[in-house]
Amino acid sequence: MTQAPKSSAAPPSSGGPTTPVVPHQATVRPGAADRPAAAAPPPRATAFVEGVDKLRTAATTEPGRLRILGALLAVLVVAFGAVTAWQMTDRTAAADDVLHKSQPLTSAAADIYRSLADANTAASSGFLAGGQETAASRERYEQDIDTAAAGLVKAAGSSDPGSPAAATITKLNILLPEYKGLVERARTYNRQGFPVGGAYLRYANEKMQGEMLPAAQDLYTKENRRLGDDYARATPYPWAAIALGVLALAALGWVQHRNYRRTNRVLNHGLVAGTATAAVVLLWLVVGHSVARAQLNASYDHGVRSLNVLHDARIASLKARGNENLTLVARGAETIKVGDTVVDVYDHDFTEDMTALGKGLALARTLADDHKGAEPVTSAVANMTEWKKRHAAAREQDENGNYQQALDRVIGDKGATGECFDSVDANLARALDHEQSEFRQAAGDGLGALTGLPLGAAVLAVLGAAGAVLGIGRRLSEYR
Amino acid sequence: MHVRRVRAGLKGWGGVGAMAVVCALALTFVLLLPLVGQHHDDGAGLGGPGLATGDQMRAENCTDPEKQTLPPSAADGATIEAIKNRTGEKRKLIVGVDQNSYRWGYRDPNNQGSALEGFDIDLVHRIAQDILGDPNAVQFKAIPTNERIPAIKDGRVDMIVRTMTINCDRLKDVAFSAPYFKTGQQVLAPKSSTITGYNSTLAGKRICTAASSTAYIKLDEDKKAGRLAASVDISTTVPNQLDCLVRLQLGEVDAVVTDGALAASQAAQDPTVELKGAPFTTEYYGVAMRRDADDMVRRVNQILVGYSGNGWQASYDTWLSATLGKDASASRPPAPQYLRTS
Repeated sequence: MTQAPKSSAAPPSSGGPTTPVVPHQATVRPGAADRPAAAAPPPRATAFVEGVDKLRTAATTEPGRLRILGALLAVLVVAFGAVTAWQMTDRTAAADDVLHKSQPLTSAAADIYRSLADANTAASSGFLAGGQETAASRERYEQDIDTAAAGLVKAAGSSDPGSPAAATITKLNILLPEYKGLVERARTYNRQGFPVGGAYLRYANEKMQGEMLPAAQDLYTKENRRLGDDYARATPYPWAAIALGVLALAALGWVQHRNYRRTNRVLNHGLVAGTATAAVVLLWLVVGHSVARAQLNASYDHGVRSLNVLHDARIASLKARGNENLTLVARGAETIKVGDTVVDVYDHDFTEDMTALGKGLALARTLADDHKGAEPVTSAVANMTEWKKRHAAAREQDENGNYQQALDRVIGDKGATGECFDSVDANLARALDHEQSEFRQAAGDGLGALTGLPLGAAVLAVLGAAGAVLGIGRRLSEYR
Repeated sequence: MHVRRVRAGLKGWGGVGAMAVVCALALTFVLLLPLVGQHHDDGAGLGGPGLATGDQMRAENCTDPEKQTLPPSAADGATIEAIKNRTGEKRKLIVGVDQNSYRWGYRDPNNQGSALEGFDIDLVHRIAQDILGDPNAVQFKAIPTNERIPAIKDGRVDMIVRTMTINCDRLKDVAFSAPYFKTGQQVLAPKSSTITGYNSTLAGKRICTAASSTAYIKLDEDKKAGRLAASVDISTTVPNQLDCLVRLQLGEVDAVVTDGALAASQAAQDPTVELKGAPFTTEYYGVAMRRDADDMVRRVNQILVGYSGNGWQASYDTWLSATLGKDASASRPPAPQYLRTS
């Protein structure tokens, strides 16, 4: 943009060695910088006054005014491009984080929680079954531990060093092998027929419930908050850029109007080109961001909200299953006073978890916006209803002292509550899958709408500024 | 320079400020110390009289707690009637037991099914046979050590048969049957440990006990009375004595104190630990029931008379001879006496 005016650079305004395109700047700033080199007696303060004086003299002649206008236009258009590029780079990065970082991490954290809780449930079911645990339950346990370990690596890879999330991940990484060690010992002792195996399992359970699951929950909450922050960074309107764009267009229009009044010429090619590019950038900015914003909001409303509700429901069902098992493992050992009656603490927790599950599923049902999303949730509700029925029957057996029958109804093969839990879990997994793809679709579209905007805006703005300067230069040359 | 002077000035003020803070702190301490002291006195006072009355009771009217029970009788009273009147599936004796005491009350993980078994469980079956005519008319509830007395008082169980030591403090809350087993507290530690028994070798060691167990009460008393080194750390308490073996194996404690009978069960599960020294107390296990269930206490005592002649030895041979030795004489309680008057 500096080339055109350079050719016509007039000696009067050259206060320093810098380009004279931006006269007032050129005179003010380099004037101050040149001071020590000049080493002249006049005091500092006059440099500014001198510059203002020069500017004032320049403004008295038409070429001087044109120069100033050209410089102002160039600065405005370039500033518009720069602010657009800056604000949109920030929003694009945030949208990219939503799609590729914070949402996958939130899911990973939920997976860690789920697999830890499920591993613990599988381990306690194994103990409940008496005898040697089945191959299926051992496999499930091992798979859960593997998933948790993989999830931790994934989470560690994208957490910032020294962040609270990283500390939580470290803690979980330390606890996981400890937990596994305790369960292995429990297995070994169980094989030898020693009840100390059960004691190890209780200790492992304590570690899981008391330290690991709270840490995993904490990680999930933190990642979820980060996701919220990323959304908050990606969606606000870029008001500064829009305002600058409008200002730049107005200035361009005014200069052309002024030209028209003075010369009666309608079109100045340079200025028209500048106006057109600025308009394109502004249009691109507003439309691109609006589309991206709409898509991102949709990805939140139809994806993330559903995902959160479904994750919570799945965790509630896992907790319920764990407590159902522990009711039988503890066999009335732990009680809690509710009002005036003493009830089994695990059974009490089970009831609360089931209530949470019911609420979560109802909410997920209202959030599901298409048949494919609603169908698994409806199935899960049916599974849950059946689960409650079977659980009540199992409890009745246990209350009547028929422990073995109660056990059969909870961890048995056919007609046990375990079946219902597995179905709830599988249906929720399906629903999660669906919502995850909906999220990815919408957020991907949103990010797509922003593609190229920062760079494009910058390039176009430079071109627009060049056009404006050329247009002014064309007028200036008429004074030669 | 000006800045430096200000800083220097501030530094001076900092020193003054720090001194002022120290003075204020010192003053607060001086003012609060009597308060803290009072609190401490109160705390000790709370424990003090309790212990004192316990000692008094023991000194005055609670010698030989194992003899404080009612004479046997086979007559049904209100409590037994109520149990017999339970209908259908509910017609069962509700008994608090342990499911983690190897060879006393436990589930063998290698057994199919969920049946509990052990020395205590045999006795429960005998009682159910006698009262309800069916040895299996029992609803077992697993009760942690510190929940035994609340479980009886709340009526969650009809009785507790769970290696429960008869002692004077517990007699205030529950009624006991005549003793059915004799044991004493013993120390369990790794074979390689320098601990030799309940003595000065425990100094500086961490000891695990079950919460509100006889072992913990004894250790706490002895520590306060100076019979046990003050450096012994007894802060680790667990819901069940078996959890102590876990802590011992994980190196979180150096020794376990529990009833010799249970300590032997622990040693049987881990060949690298052993009982250290002789039992340092003499204790008796009894069946615990509600304080006012007189008919039930008499009935259980009646059952125990028969059980002692027929059943006890067989059960001992099955479950305990492997860990406590073929000779049962050290474990047999003496002939029962029934001295309870109220």
